[in-house]
Amino acid sequence: MKLHEHQSKKIFKSYGINVPESILIDDISELSNALNILGEQVVLKCQVHAGGRGKAGGVKIVRSKEEASAYVESMLGTNLVTHQTANEGVPVRSILVEQLTSVKTELYLAITMDRNEQCPTILASKAGGMEIEEVAETSPQDIIYQLVDPVVGLRPFQMRELNKKIDVPNKSIPQFNHLLSSISALFYDLDCSLIEINPLVITQDDNIVALDGKITLEDDALFKHPDAYALRDRDQEDALEAEATDLEIAYVNLTGDVGCLVNGAGLAMATLDVTTQAGSSPANFLDVGGGGADVEKVSKAVSIILSDTKVKKVLVNIFGGILRCDIAANGIIMAYERSKSNLPLVVRMLGTNVTEGKEILKNSRLNVTFAETLLEAAEAINKI
Amino acid sequence: MGILLDKNSKIIVQGITGKEGSFHATAGIEYGTNVVGGVTPGKGGQKFNNTIPIFDTVEEAKSQTGANVSLIFVPPAFATDAICEAANAEIPLIICITEGIPVNDMVSTIRYVQSKPVRLIGPNCPGAINPNDNCKVGIMPGSIHKPGNVGVVSRSGTLTYEAVYQLTSIGIGQSSCVGIGGDPIIGTNYIDILNMFENDPETDVIVFIGEIGGTMEQEAAEYIKENISKPVCSLIVGATAPTGKRMGHAGAIITGKSATAESKITALRNAGCHIIPTPSDIGSTVEKVLLEKF
Repeated sequence: MKLHEHQSKKIFKSYGINVPESILIDDISELSNALNILGEQVVLKCQVHAGGRGKAGGVKIVRSKEEASAYVESMLGTNLVTHQTANEGVPVRSILVEQLTSVKTELYLAITMDRNEQCPTILASKAGGMEIEEVAETSPQDIIYQLVDPVVGLRPFQMRELNKKIDVPNKSIPQFNHLLSSISALFYDLDCSLIEINPLVITQDDNIVALDGKITLEDDALFKHPDAYALRDRDQEDALEAEATDLEIAYVNLTGDVGCLVNGAGLAMATLDVTTQAGSSPANFLDVGGGGADVEKVSKAVSIILSDTKVKKVLVNIFGGILRCDIAANGIIMAYERSKSNLPLVVRMLGTNVTEGKEILKNSRLNVTFAETLLEAAEAINKI
Repeated sequence: MGILLDKNSKIIVQGITGKEGSFHATAGIEYGTNVVGGVTPGKGGQKFNNTIPIFDTVEEAKSQTGANVSLIFVPPAFATDAICEAANAEIPLIICITEGIPVNDMVSTIRYVQSKPVRLIGPNCPGAINPNDNCKVGIMPGSIHKPGNVGVVSRSGTLTYEAVYQLTSIGIGQSSCVGIGGDPIIGTNYIDILNMFENDPETDVIVFIGEIGGTMEQEAAEYIKENISKPVCSLIVGATAPTGKRMGHAGAIITGKSATAESKITALRNAGCHIIPTPSDIGSTVEKVLLEKF
């Protein structure tokens, strides 16, 4: 789950990390008050869950009330399209009005899970402001890594190494080390999957300030953090994906017209691959899961597919393990009845209770074509 | 023989009285697996299905049954405790099925496990099966398997079943099948399993199924190049996945060039693997390799 910049910065502040003074507005009427407090020369930052915000015009430095108000008027209530968003973009519902910071140096700092080391790792770079993926490709030696061990934590010697390799000025070292300790603690405390500060700046008077802030919380750990979960902004998520998240269904909205219902993430990816190779284009990735999937859950998963207006046909690939085929069949029928849908189906079922599952579908009003293998299923859906 | 499991495997099930634990313990017994006990704190002294003793702790279960494998079906909030308990009791093989364990909880758990003389498979995995010895420790449907000489390793559950189904339906049996799990932090990686298959006299051909995300497949490819003499047929799924979207498995997300299917397939081809062109060609690719070899 992603947090907004203003939410991330509030958390940073509570950990004693310097952030610029700012005021969040969600209506133009709040702008003049914000400018009275912060001054007229400010930076206006659209609050959206998407990278590439700056390049897409989502951040603007303004010098006067008029300029500020023109920008806020032009952005609030619109959708911002960046290279990371879908074509329709993400809605701008609030703008962070922030004091300007006198920047001497821009750095990059993040902490995320290193899968190979099975441990969180700090990434730091002198190439602040740039996209880290780009730095990793063009000059990987410029990224400095330090693991944050779960037992001993980030040690002072690791901080000394970081200080040296990214040239932190002596006067700024205490603040920088405090920041390193803080984000390491925060990463574990809130079960983050990413904390990214880009840019992290050293100001003209040698203070360390988080100019931007991005926190992503791990979905699987949200049950431990109800307060953090309350920060979720559903408006920033794809509507169908948000619905699926609520149902604990793994779902990704894609661009084609074949709705896909599969159990298991690996098989779901394989189904998309074969469907594409057979000449069709999947409308979604959907893993309905195994344990805990009852008729109601399958039905809701199918309802998500049927409510997707781009879906013209549905491909079902169920390998019954703990999810029994009869349960899947009844769930599919329930969803079709509820939405009164007539979309054609290609069904491939195997495993537990497959005979019952197929029988239930045969005896329904649904327009079902059965297939034995993955390839036959993909070819059948392509013919419809 | 086979890997991980054999005729001498004695299994306890942690969480045997829960919905999934009881379902799969029963399915395992029906397949022929030697389930010797269960562990559910507070239910010690009771019997599962009127025959299998239930214990309060893993320590007790181990000392009274001689168990050497533990299969874990415990909800995410308590699963790392269950893993640590099994590790502390020094159960040599721990297989954790639980899906949805917070990754940060696994960071310290994995270190604890590594400090003990045990092997962890998973979490978020389908488990392992040895069809030659009728031993099934996991959630895979037993009926699709057939005794034979092909070893299968994958991160995923149902995709492993798909591979097995394709093999069995053209008459090719399996020596052992292992799903290592779809989470970012897991106890056993591809390389560990590939090494076991290389040393297993009952395995002649290896099916290695990877996915997008991370670089584990590239590391496996390097290992195969240097250390595996048996033929490896490999498939990477997720070629059509968009970047930046998590495809169900926490690990399956394209975050950079090395995480793409293309980069992984190239690495495997360079390592001398037989590339399975699409997920529907698993059986036919293995058949071709077997015909060439024998």
